Amino acid sequence: MLNRTIAPPIKDAVDFDLQLKPCTYFELDNGVPVYALDAGTQEVFQLELVFYAGNAFEQQKTVASATNFLLKNGTSTKTAFEINEAFEYYGAYCNRACYNETAVINLSSLSKHLDQLLPVIKEMITDSIFSEEELATYKQNSKQRLSVNLKKSEFVAGRLIDAYVYGEQHPYGVYTNPEDIDALTTAAIKTFFNEYYLNGKCIIFISGKLPDQIQTILNINFGGLSIGANKNPLPVSTIQPAEQKKYRISNDVDGVQGAIRLAREFPNRRHPDFMKVMVLNTVFGGYFGSRLMSNIREDKGYTYGIHSYIQNHLQQTAWMISTEAGKDVSEATVEEVYKEMKILQEELVDEEELLLVRNYLIGTILGDLDGPFQLMGRWKNIILNGLSENYFYDSVQTIKTISAEELRELAKKYLNPEDFYELIVI
Amino acid sequence: MIQFERFVLANGLTVLVHEDKSTPMAVVNVLYDVGARDEDPNKTGFAHLFEHLMFGGSINIPVYDEPLQVAGGENNAYTTNDLTNYYCQLPAENIETAFWLESDRMLSLAFGKKSLDTQRKVVCEEFKEHYINKPYGDVWKRMRELAYTTHPYRWMTIGKELSHIENATLEDVKAFFQKHYTPSNAVLVVAGNITVNQVKELAEKWFGPIPAGNKYERNLPQEPKQMAPRTAEVKANVPLDALYKCWHIYARTDKRYYIADLVTEILGGGASSRLYQALVKEKKLFSNIECYHFGSTDAGLLAIEGKLVKGVAMKDAEAALNDELFKIQQEGITEKELEKVKNKTESMMAFEDMSLMNRAASIAMYELLGDASLINKELDLYKAVTAKDIIGESRIIFDINNTNTLYYFAN
Repeated sequence: MLNRTIAPPIKDAVDFDLQLKPCTYFELDNGVPVYALDAGTQEVFQLELVFYAGNAFEQQKTVASATNFLLKNGTSTKTAFEINEAFEYYGAYCNRACYNETAVINLSSLSKHLDQLLPVIKEMITDSIFSEEELATYKQNSKQRLSVNLKKSEFVAGRLIDAYVYGEQHPYGVYTNPEDIDALTTAAIKTFFNEYYLNGKCIIFISGKLPDQIQTILNINFGGLSIGANKNPLPVSTIQPAEQKKYRISNDVDGVQGAIRLAREFPNRRHPDFMKVMVLNTVFGGYFGSRLMSNIREDKGYTYGIHSYIQNHLQQTAWMISTEAGKDVSEATVEEVYKEMKILQEELVDEEELLLVRNYLIGTILGDLDGPFQLMGRWKNIILNGLSENYFYDSVQTIKTISAEELRELAKKYLNPEDFYELIVI
Repeated sequence: MIQFERFVLANGLTVLVHEDKSTPMAVVNVLYDVGARDEDPNKTGFAHLFEHLMFGGSINIPVYDEPLQVAGGENNAYTTNDLTNYYCQLPAENIETAFWLESDRMLSLAFGKKSLDTQRKVVCEEFKEHYINKPYGDVWKRMRELAYTTHPYRWMTIGKELSHIENATLEDVKAFFQKHYTPSNAVLVVAGNITVNQVKELAEKWFGPIPAGNKYERNLPQEPKQMAPRTAEVKANVPLDALYKCWHIYARTDKRYYIADLVTEILGGGASSRLYQALVKEKKLFSNIECYHFGSTDAGLLAIEGKLVKGVAMKDAEAALNDELFKIQQEGITEKELEKVKNKTESMMAFEDMSLMNRAASIAMYELLGDASLINKELDLYKAVTAKDIIGESRIIFDINNTNTLYYFAN
């Protein structure tokens, strides 16, 4: 007779040997670094061109993201429609995204179409024209989208908490108002394009099923451009945190939930505490079984979900707690978050919970290393953060060995309620 | 080509195995043939509430998540109008843990009042977060009620109203489990670094002893053919006017489903699609416009939605949209457009199949539709669609009498 009360034996995930499949490195003729990973079972690839063209480089608000967006909206030989058609005809996806330091063009497609698609990317990054008409449409539609987003308490909360932590002048804290969109000009965008794309700093990541001559193909398309590896050093920005710590904002009189954000500044990935805090964060609010979820969702039912995380910034960052909770229980939710901080500061995480978190994290990494795009995602993170391959193995080691005492010390250092900005937007 | 093997246990549980030796992981996917469409109209939101309760502990195992996490696993679940799907991914060496957990909660649940009370609150917060505390959050509740008079697609998965969830009793929930959570109403898919023999042995060991229960016979009221256009109007505290339109299309297993799917791609797939180009870029009447369909098992809806540029009159925006729909019905599409949407479909399928979890869920979904091998046949069904099919179906779908329109006005 099967005894269902006894769990089947398991191999502890901490006993798994995790390997990060290496990627190939080479440089194009112009010195642009390329990281390539030929892997996977499907005939697909993903190419990412990472430009140092994020909003940290802009002189005028929102120019970086407008430039990035409009890369797909017309060159001297192709209209926006023709560019889109050039990708979509082959079932390819060309997305772009603008972050703080970097701005990315991402192309994914069936491998068989690689040759047809790269020249279009080349055209976008060398010959975009930024017409008045395209900019006018962009401005109008961006303002409309912004007006809808501003009705959402979670959107408003996300902007404000960053502004408190970093200051509104900092690239991580700045946010866009309708008048900033109005102020955009094609002249400002062209200047930005010229400096940060046409003559900008670029790193290329490519993964998936790749042709043998990938180096030659990339060189033909991008090796002759005036982009390079050693341009545009990162501007140094200092944070200007707000004086006041606690905020209650009314955004919608009919609101039935509060968007709650608690945050404190935190050092970047190169800081020795970083990997250890990733483990502490998991215990605190980083997975479904976390302290915050168990208490505030699973025990009290105040929210559909509550999470804590370290923001993914290159220079410095913030530790954030984020949730949407019932209007009547928003204040109680904040109190419970602080209670959980206190518990982590005062009590040791017991061995059972710690083993669970170790196994969970290792299992997640193992699952995450599945597939070429995910692998490259790991590499990209390491490279853009200026870390080495050891970072991966050191994090795994940290997960396997960190002690409950260390976690408590870190909680005492970083989880002091008085260090946190506190915001509820209803 | 996705390989799999299929067998059925004596208690009626269908099991499919997909081996993939390139990954260290395994996925265990349990799909139950129950969705919001199977609910009592006065007790909606049950299938989804129930999904939450499935994590509240089973007869022999007090908590579900922890033993899985200890084994290095992750899990989640989702409910749609048609089905409820539970999946976990874990290192293949620990796969038995997933069998143990999933079989125990198919055997019998053990949650109490506390768990029900909490999850009722959690689901109410989920309801508020997604459908109340958001501009335009009530659109699909209204649109479903407009487009469906009879079929239980009239309500959303989350439920018709908060009170249905607030009033759920332990008895209701238990009855729901008895009725739907039986081996013959489930499909088990195991994928990853495992063998068929290993899965056979584990399935017999853990799922084999579960009593068969009764097979649920679905007998839903079918939606009568719509005979006249329907419209509704909303005024709400939103910044922009918006236009929503829906048309009845075909069941998932109908051959015409593929035609309807390609029609949505032609109209609304990406920035080179017809509606975006004509209405956002050229005429500048909408700031965004989308066309998609619900992918439902029973006859679903094809939808177009867009926000109007400030200052544009609703009737002008609607007329311009209707012009585009008229154009496809009159002129049809070019071979190049057809080629494009077929290429897109091929590429989309390749990307979806990259993830082991997706492959497992797709196999289960196709099995539920009646034939798991559809997973390998659908691309050919798409490729067989002709330009003539597109024009023919466009005329049927976009018939004025098949139209449901929701005018959403800013206060």
